Amino acid sequence: MAKELWKGNEAIAEAAIRAGCDCFFGYPITPQSEVPEYMSSHLPKAGGVFVQSESEVAAINMVYGAAGAGMRAMTSSSSPGISLKQEGITYLAAAELPCVIVNVMRGGPGLGTIQPGQGDYFQATRGGGNGDYRTVVLAPSNVQETADFVQEAFDIADQYRSPVVVLADGLIGQMMEPIEWRPVPKRPLPAKDWAASGKKGRDHTNVINSLFLNPEECDALNRRLTAKYAEIEKNEVRWDTASCEDAEVLITAYGTPARITLTALDVLREEGIRAGLFRPVTLWPFPERALRDLAAEPHVKVILDVEMSSTGQMLDDVRLAVEGRKPIRYLGRAGGIMPTVEEIIEAAKTALKEAQ
Amino acid sequence: MTAAGICTRRITILTGHYGTGKTEFAVNLALSLAAEGAQVMLADLDNVNPYFRSRERKALLEEAGVRLIAAPQACVDADVPAVPAELLTVLEDRSVRGVLDIGGDPAGARALARFQPKLLQEDCQLLYVLNANRPEVRTAETAAACLRAIEQTTGLTCSALVNNTHLCGETTAADIRKGAALAAAVSRETGLPVLCHTAEKRLAPGLTGLDAPVFPITIHMKKPWE
Repeated sequence: MAKELWKGNEAIAEAAIRAGCDCFFGYPITPQSEVPEYMSSHLPKAGGVFVQSESEVAAINMVYGAAGAGMRAMTSSSSPGISLKQEGITYLAAAELPCVIVNVMRGGPGLGTIQPGQGDYFQATRGGGNGDYRTVVLAPSNVQETADFVQEAFDIADQYRSPVVVLADGLIGQMMEPIEWRPVPKRPLPAKDWAASGKKGRDHTNVINSLFLNPEECDALNRRLTAKYAEIEKNEVRWDTASCEDAEVLITAYGTPARITLTALDVLREEGIRAGLFRPVTLWPFPERALRDLAAEPHVKVILDVEMSSTGQMLDDVRLAVEGRKPIRYLGRAGGIMPTVEEIIEAAKTALKEAQ
Repeated sequence: MTAAGICTRRITILTGHYGTGKTEFAVNLALSLAAEGAQVMLADLDNVNPYFRSRERKALLEEAGVRLIAAPQACVDADVPAVPAELLTVLEDRSVRGVLDIGGDPAGARALARFQPKLLQEDCQLLYVLNANRPEVRTAETAAACLRAIEQTTGLTCSALVNNTHLCGETTAADIRKGAALAAAVSRETGLPVLCHTAEKRLAPGLTGLDAPVFPITIHMKKPWE
C-alpha cells in the first residue's frame, strides 16, 4: 500500500477504528484534540459510539462502563487530563477491564505548557492511581509506531484483561509523517465471558466491581494481578537499539528524544565517537535485563539518559537496570523545550570524557 | 514560476486542509517575493495547530526582510485563538505585499471571517492548497467539499488551486504528479484554474510536461532532528 501523510493524533484515532474500537469517550485538550475531533466524525461512520464527555473524569468512567459490558473502549487526553483519569484507571485495573488510554504528553507540572513533555513517565509506569497495579505502557517514537501500537494495544488489553497506556508526546501527536497501514501480529484472545452484557442463560450474573470488603477476596485479587503482571513482564518486554555493538557512550531515550538522538548518533559517529542508542519501547514492563546485559559489555564506558523531564524519571529505571555497574549521566529538558541534537552531542562527549 | 507570478494580487491568502503544507508554501512565497524585491508581510493566522507554525521561522523571515505578523508573544504558545491586531497593517498599507497563512480547515479559516468586508475592498486572492497524500482530502469530492466549507466560513471566493502534494522527506516526482491529477479533478469539479505545482528544487528535473508551472520551494519547516 502506498504511504500516506498522517498527523500523529489522526493516526491514533484511525488506528483505534481499524482495531475495532467500539466506543471512544474523550474531552479536548491540546496537544491531542485531533484525536476526539477525528473520532467524532469517523467513529460513528464505522458503527462505533463517540461521546464528548463533560470532563476527563466522566470519560474514564464511561470507559469503565463500556469495557465492563465487553466493548472495545478507549479514551485519550494530554498530561493534566490524564491526571484526572487516575482514579478511573485504578478501578479499571482492579476490575480487570481491558481498555486503551492514550496520553499525548505536554510539559508540566500543573497545567504546564502545550508544548511536548515526558513528565508523566512515573505516573504511567508506576500505576498513577492508588493501590498495587501496573498498566502496559507502549512508547512510540514516530507516527508509524503510533499507528501500529494503538492497534496492538487493544489486543494486549483484551489478552490480559488490563488497561494499556500508549504514551506519546506532543510532537508525535502534532507532527505529520508518511506511514502505511499494516496488519499487527495476531494474538489469541480469550472470550469475554466475564462481561456484564446480559445473563444470556448463564447460571450466574457477571458483576464488574473494584470494591472487595472481604480482605481475603481483596488479597486474592492482588495475588491474581501480581501473577498477571509477572506474565506480562515475561511476554511483553520490547526495546530497540541503534549502533550499540561497540558503543562507548550508551544513550537511553524514548519517544521524541530517541528520535533526536538518532541524528546526534550520526554526527558523533562521523566524529569518531562510538555512541549508541538503547530505546525502551515498553516502558512497563521496562527492558531491564536487556539494558543490564548491554551495560555490562566492556565497551560501554558510560550511560547518558536523555528525557523531556527536568528531574529525570526513566532515569530511575535505568539506574535499577544498570545497578551501579557503569556511571550514568543525565540530560533533561522540560517545560515544553526539547533537547537539541547539539545538546545531546555535547552531553555525550562530556559524559565520555568524565568516564575516561 | 516566480512568486510574483503567483501573487498577482496585492494580498494572497493561503487556505486548505491542515497538513497540506500551507505554512511551508507561505514561508517560501514570502521569502521569494522579498528576494524578487517586494516589501512583504507574512501574517501567521494559524490558530488551529499548536506546533509547526510560520512564527517558528521568525528569524529566517526577518533576516530576509519579511515582516512577520503573528499573535502577541504572550499568546504564541498559548491555546488562545488570538488574531494579531497588526493584521490591519497588511490590509491598510497598500504599499506592502501580504501573504496570509491561515489555519487548516473551515475552523482555521474562521479567523479570517471578521476581516471579510475589509478584504473585499482590497486587491486580494484566496488560493486553495492541495495535498493528494492527505487522507481527508485525497479525492476531488472531499477536497472540493473542504474548499466550499472554507469559502462559506470566510465569505470569500477562491480564485485558484495550488498543488502542494508532498510526503515530507520522502516526496518523489510521482507524488507531485499524483497531486497534479487531483488538482485537475478538483479544477473540473470547481471550475477553478490550477495556478502552479510546488516542488523541492531536487525534484524539478522529473516534472516536465505538467499542465501548470512549477514553483520551486526549499524546506524550512523542519522537525527537531532534521
